[in-house]
Amino acid sequence: MIEINYYLLTSAILFCIGVIGVLIRRNAIIIFMCIELMLNAINLTLVAFSAYLGNINGQIFVFIVMTVAAAEAAVGLAIVIALFRNKESVNIDEINILKW
Amino acid sequence: MINSFYLVTLLPLLGFLINGLFGKKLKNEKLIGTISTLAVFIPFVIGVATFFELLSMEPESRKVFLNFYNWITAGSFSVNYAYLIDPLSISLVLIVTGIGSLIHLYSIGYMHGDPGFAKFFAFLNLFIFAMLNLILADNFLLMFLGWEGVGLCSYFLIGFWYQKRFTGDAAKKAFIINRIGDFGFMLAMFYIFTNFNTLEISKFLEGITSYQVGEPLLLTIALLLFLGAIGKSAQIPLFVWLPDAMAGPTPVSALIHAATMVTAGVYLVARTSLIYAMSPIAQQIVFYVGLVTAIMAATIAIKQNDIKKILAYSTVSQLGFMFIALGTGVYWVAIFHLITHAFFKALLFLGSGSVIHGMHDEQDILRMGGLKNKMKITYATFLIGTLAIAGIPPLSGFFSKDAIIFETYKEMGIPFMILGLITAGITAFYMFRLVTLTFYGKPRYDEKHIHPHESPSTMTIPLIILAILSVIGGFIGMPGIYGMPTYLRDWLEPVFEKSNAILQAIHPVQEPSHATEFLLVGLAVLTSLIGIYLAYRKYSKAEVFEPAKGFGKVLENKYYVDEVYDKAIVEPIQKTSEGFLWKIFDVKIIDGAVNGIARYISNISFDWRKIQTGIIQDYSTISVAGVVIIILYLLFI
Repeated sequence: MIEINYYLLTSAILFCIGVIGVLIRRNAIIIFMCIELMLNAINLTLVAFSAYLGNINGQIFVFIVMTVAAAEAAVGLAIVIALFRNKESVNIDEINILKW
Repeated sequence: MINSFYLVTLLPLLGFLINGLFGKKLKNEKLIGTISTLAVFIPFVIGVATFFELLSMEPESRKVFLNFYNWITAGSFSVNYAYLIDPLSISLVLIVTGIGSLIHLYSIGYMHGDPGFAKFFAFLNLFIFAMLNLILADNFLLMFLGWEGVGLCSYFLIGFWYQKRFTGDAAKKAFIINRIGDFGFMLAMFYIFTNFNTLEISKFLEGITSYQVGEPLLLTIALLLFLGAIGKSAQIPLFVWLPDAMAGPTPVSALIHAATMVTAGVYLVARTSLIYAMSPIAQQIVFYVGLVTAIMAATIAIKQNDIKKILAYSTVSQLGFMFIALGTGVYWVAIFHLITHAFFKALLFLGSGSVIHGMHDEQDILRMGGLKNKMKITYATFLIGTLAIAGIPPLSGFFSKDAIIFETYKEMGIPFMILGLITAGITAFYMFRLVTLTFYGKPRYDEKHIHPHESPSTMTIPLIILAILSVIGGFIGMPGIYGMPTYLRDWLEPVFEKSNAILQAIHPVQEPSHATEFLLVGLAVLTSLIGIYLAYRKYSKAEVFEPAKGFGKVLENKYYVDEVYDKAIVEPIQKTSEGFLWKIFDVKIIDGAVNGIARYISNISFDWRKIQTGIIQDYSTISVAGVVIIILYLLFI
């Protein structure tokens, strides 16, 4: 039996990679994938705790998160496509007209 | 009849609503005139019935309180819509509705063909409503409602012919000057409420009896109320609005600016006479203000040439006489003079209206003359009015004015009596100057174009009735010496009982012998006759009028009071308003502050808005940084 700490550490590392990716990458699709990474890091935590505590609730919650992630992926990719049609670019720092 | 007394004020209000809302649609002058005349005449009939009902009671119990509903309640402050019917108020109600109906009747003829016919009658009815509330009110607040109401109607009616610019100015002048007086009235109400916790007049008058005579609080309240009276009754220094108020139609001058509204101040002082009896200084001030006003206005009237202006100054002067009577502490004489004055001054104004009507809107008496034969009824009635105001026995003015001069002698001594006598002589002089220049001598108007004619019967009938009243009106209040019953004095006695008792206690007055009194009567008649003779001799043959010189010029220009007010008050206010308040305070300080704040914020925002980069990663960085800070805080602190 692997200790829970390893799961948590892995999850934290994955989450931080996701956060840093969102903050520093320019490509909208990569940012998008980083968000997925963050979500899955959380899923890992939930499952780990569920097993550790013997409580099924965590696993049920993971299903909800996955559903949301799937829906979000559909909407997010649609936005990226719409953006590309307009600007011929998915570079996030070129998409900055919503300001003063 | 007291049960249906509410109709007395309800009907004029209804008349106002009907004529005000539907007057333009009715279009029928006779119908409009009849409605509004009835709206005043029926209250008069009810008033007469109530009068007889009161008369049948015991003198002490002649006091009926009518409480209609609770008007305003806020905490300990409570005011009822309530009337008080007592000998004083019912007398005034009879005068207002009686003379009011005559003047309504007269106006049907006078205003014939005017585009604002319905509006005129609506305002007249509204005026009657407000005036009756003023008179009947049982508390100061309701009285103030009437007080402001009559002021408002006065404003409307002075500026009735609003197409002419000066009528608007005159209306504003009247309204604004009256505000000064209203300010005093309001302060008096505040004082009364904070000190007596009531605004009911009867409770207030009961409350002050526990004070010492001459207490500063009483003096303050008395003087503030008197300030209100000065404004409304056109006394020095606030009299300047009344002569200008003559810009309105003549029936308005007769009803509002001679017979009723301007006597509201006299009524107020008489109604609260107890407080004046209890503060001798206030009483003295009332006397001196009245005296100075009477003399000043009478002398101004000598040199005026506008027929209505002369009558206006005469009104101011006669109101001065009423305040003299109040100041000497014989309140019933003031009310007596108020009543007789209402008769003869309404008559004179309506007569002047008839003259103006017949002369095609000519008001300058220098361009009249010889109208005696052209307008017989107007002439005869006008002459009666003039003799009455001049104090020729046995007309009404003789008794009331004589009573005032006699009381002045009794209370204040010979010098003041002589001043009173001289003023009475001047009154006779200027009134006969007016009559002589208007009706006697040769015509001085353009006979080819102007054909003076007698007025229609709706106008002459009120003249005749008022002339009869002016003749017999004095018999209600003859002084005791003639051995006749003194009806008015006995009638008003319950109202002034307490005040008279206090005055007697402070300052007992010896009744002079009958011989002195008769001597005074003789002197008064003699001065009047001299005045009449001088005026007739000087003006009956006059044809050329030289411009006045010296003191005459001062009189012609009304002692330059208007000019002084202009220079001392109006111009400085205008200059500071324009030079400082507008161009500096408003433009620079207020606008500057508002614009400055806006500009300052706009400048700051110009830099700060740059944090909105539009780049989503900047926002999320800040957000993550916030989360990190919170986590660090939770972990380590």
